[in-house]
Amino acid sequence: MCEGEAATSEDVRMKSKRGTKTSRRPTAAKRSAPKGSPRAKAKRVAHARRIRRAPEETPKETPKETIGGALRAWERDVLEAGKQKLPLRRPAFTTDSGIPIPDLTTPLDRSHEDYLRDIGFPGSYPFTRGPQASMYRGRLWTMRQFAGFGAPEDTNRRFHYLLAQGMTGLSTAFDMPALMGYDCDHPMSRGEVGKEGVAVSSLRDFEILFAGIPLDQVTTSMTINASAIVALCMYIAVAEKQGIPRAKLGGTLQADILKEYIAQKEWIVPPRPAVRLVVDMIEFCAREMPRWNPISISGYHIREAGATGVQELAFTLADGLGYVEECLARGMKVDDFAPRLSFFWDVHNDFFEEIAKFRAARRIWARELRERFGAKDPRSWLLRTHAQTAGVTLTAQQPYNNVVRVAIQGLAAVLGGTQSLHTNSLDETYALPTEEAVTLALRTQQIIAYETGVDRVVDPLAGSYYVEQLTDEVERRARDYLRRIDEMGGIVRAVEEGYPQKEIAESAFRHQREVEAGDRVIVGVNRFQVAESEPIELLKIDERVTRRQQERLAEVKRERDSAKVALALRGVAEACRTGRNTVEPVLAAVNAYATLGEVCDVFREAFGTYREAGNF
Amino acid sequence: MSPTAQSPTASKKPRKLRILVAKPGLDGHDRGAKIIARALRDAGYEVIYTGLHQTPEMIVSAAIQEDVDAIGLSIMSGAHMTHFPAVLELLEKQGATDIRLFGGGIIPDEDIPELKKRGVAEIFTPGTPTTAVVDWIQKNLEGKR
Repeated sequence: MCEGEAATSEDVRMKSKRGTKTSRRPTAAKRSAPKGSPRAKAKRVAHARRIRRAPEETPKETPKETIGGALRAWERDVLEAGKQKLPLRRPAFTTDSGIPIPDLTTPLDRSHEDYLRDIGFPGSYPFTRGPQASMYRGRLWTMRQFAGFGAPEDTNRRFHYLLAQGMTGLSTAFDMPALMGYDCDHPMSRGEVGKEGVAVSSLRDFEILFAGIPLDQVTTSMTINASAIVALCMYIAVAEKQGIPRAKLGGTLQADILKEYIAQKEWIVPPRPAVRLVVDMIEFCAREMPRWNPISISGYHIREAGATGVQELAFTLADGLGYVEECLARGMKVDDFAPRLSFFWDVHNDFFEEIAKFRAARRIWARELRERFGAKDPRSWLLRTHAQTAGVTLTAQQPYNNVVRVAIQGLAAVLGGTQSLHTNSLDETYALPTEEAVTLALRTQQIIAYETGVDRVVDPLAGSYYVEQLTDEVERRARDYLRRIDEMGGIVRAVEEGYPQKEIAESAFRHQREVEAGDRVIVGVNRFQVAESEPIELLKIDERVTRRQQERLAEVKRERDSAKVALALRGVAEACRTGRNTVEPVLAAVNAYATLGEVCDVFREAFGTYREAGNF
Repeated sequence: MSPTAQSPTASKKPRKLRILVAKPGLDGHDRGAKIIARALRDAGYEVIYTGLHQTPEMIVSAAIQEDVDAIGLSIMSGAHMTHFPAVLELLEKQGATDIRLFGGGIIPDEDIPELKKRGVAEIFTPGTPTTAVVDWIQKNLEGKR
């Protein structure tokens, strides 16, 4: 609304409260008179009138034609003259996704905009400005540092340390054997136990992993996909042993198997049965775990594998829409499960494009859920997201530069309106982070939260001609991909045909070419290099972890009731065959101390294994 | 440019160097492996990519079957001190030590001397341009067979 229009007292009050020039006075008024009292209101109105009377505050709106004329004149007389004197540094400017950036964005670019339809208010459809009305003024984002390495004891110690440092949610990284459904004693696990995450093979490991952590008071995120159902069940089992009912558990299971075939490549069975297991979990959680997010539909890995921001957005939303369709096909009602679907974005360096991506994502999701699927519950329209700064942008060269990259990316995530954030550590191109490095990463987001002031304002970039324009353009390009995927018969089909995989590999190769040609500058790598960086301290995984874990597993197998295990595993096999929901049978199996590998072997037996053609 | 192996007998038609790019173990991060495979192919070599989740046994048997000149392992999972020695050992067992082994990925500097001591020809760390890998192959592999 422009200043020349008649304002209601509501509008006036909003302005006086928000106007930066007047921020001190209403505070004084609030102090001297009780909020909402007639005197306070009169003061506010009088104060707002004073602002309105100031001549520089009440310009008459310039007609669009006049702006157009002035713009053309500016381009001719000022811009071109400037370019004559100082030619542009590049023939054309684009975003990292290749969206052209014009010389200038102006109100004319926004003439098609319908504020209520396209932007609206935070906490209201289409949620472009954020999922909650007050955003960080009500509650800061959750600071959730991904952690997991070595034996369960090692990670448990790191969890306790991070909670003591002010971290507000847990996030668990599992090792490769766990992600691929192998126990620590399997030949495929050679050399990988506890390396890229925490080693877990049985419920005993989960009990140690979460020892001393009251699971009804923290929320826990678990990054695990192909074998996610086992992790979910082990988490429930640990909680129930702590006396906490599953309905009280809050947290997020990644369980986004489609992006595994697209990008992260930790799979067990082929896509269709794998999606069926995901739907089993969504169905179970919708019924039994009202505070739990059964899936985190993830762009992160898609982006890290080389996708552009637009591709990340498009393929991830396509995955999300795919899961919705599968749940509906199961016979679930959209409003019964959609409110618990959550997302996970990567945050790269192209500051404004990243922010636009977050805003466009919320708008597309809201529109699709409401218009395509007929969701009625506003919570179904809401895209809530976790975000992580981009590992792939970190450099081994001059590693302290990474702290700066992380800070800028973290800021973009916050300005984009994330609900939860992991900031990467400076040493992650070498190894998993040391305690010192992860503390610095956590401090980085604490500084963003408590010192920069961005927590005090909701979606401050709304109304920026450029950011709004970019949000529209990112949405348009993502929708082009969504349409193509629909035409292919949906995302599962597209994945089977390798379509997103190929698009991503192309982008990754193009990116590498640009870096090597010097068209894309990476500070310290292809420009501003130094002879040698000082070595930094790295986290070493104790090589004895494998043996200790194998010994523990052997002990578990000795002590458990093997008849009970066999019976429970038969129950899982039976559910796989009959189509009955697999979560309860898996829960029974892990409670009998059937191992992660044993449960996944049942899946392999029932559904077969997946192999990808080695195309490049 | 098409690099070719210099055969000792000039009459024999020189053949292109053959390189196996391999992903050992459970690590699914294949961005680097695919980029290297493509860059080597573009540089004129015959490239075979194993795909993901290979055991050292699978890799060595593919290398011998495909009669490659070199194997490039891509490892991001921290399991490099297991997989490189395992491949070297198998090459020795199979009498295929003429196949050179190189690699890249997330490999801390301090582990590199040990790997080289055991017989890994070269390790490329994050941020290495693909041209550096091509240069290394030209200098070290071409004309050696």
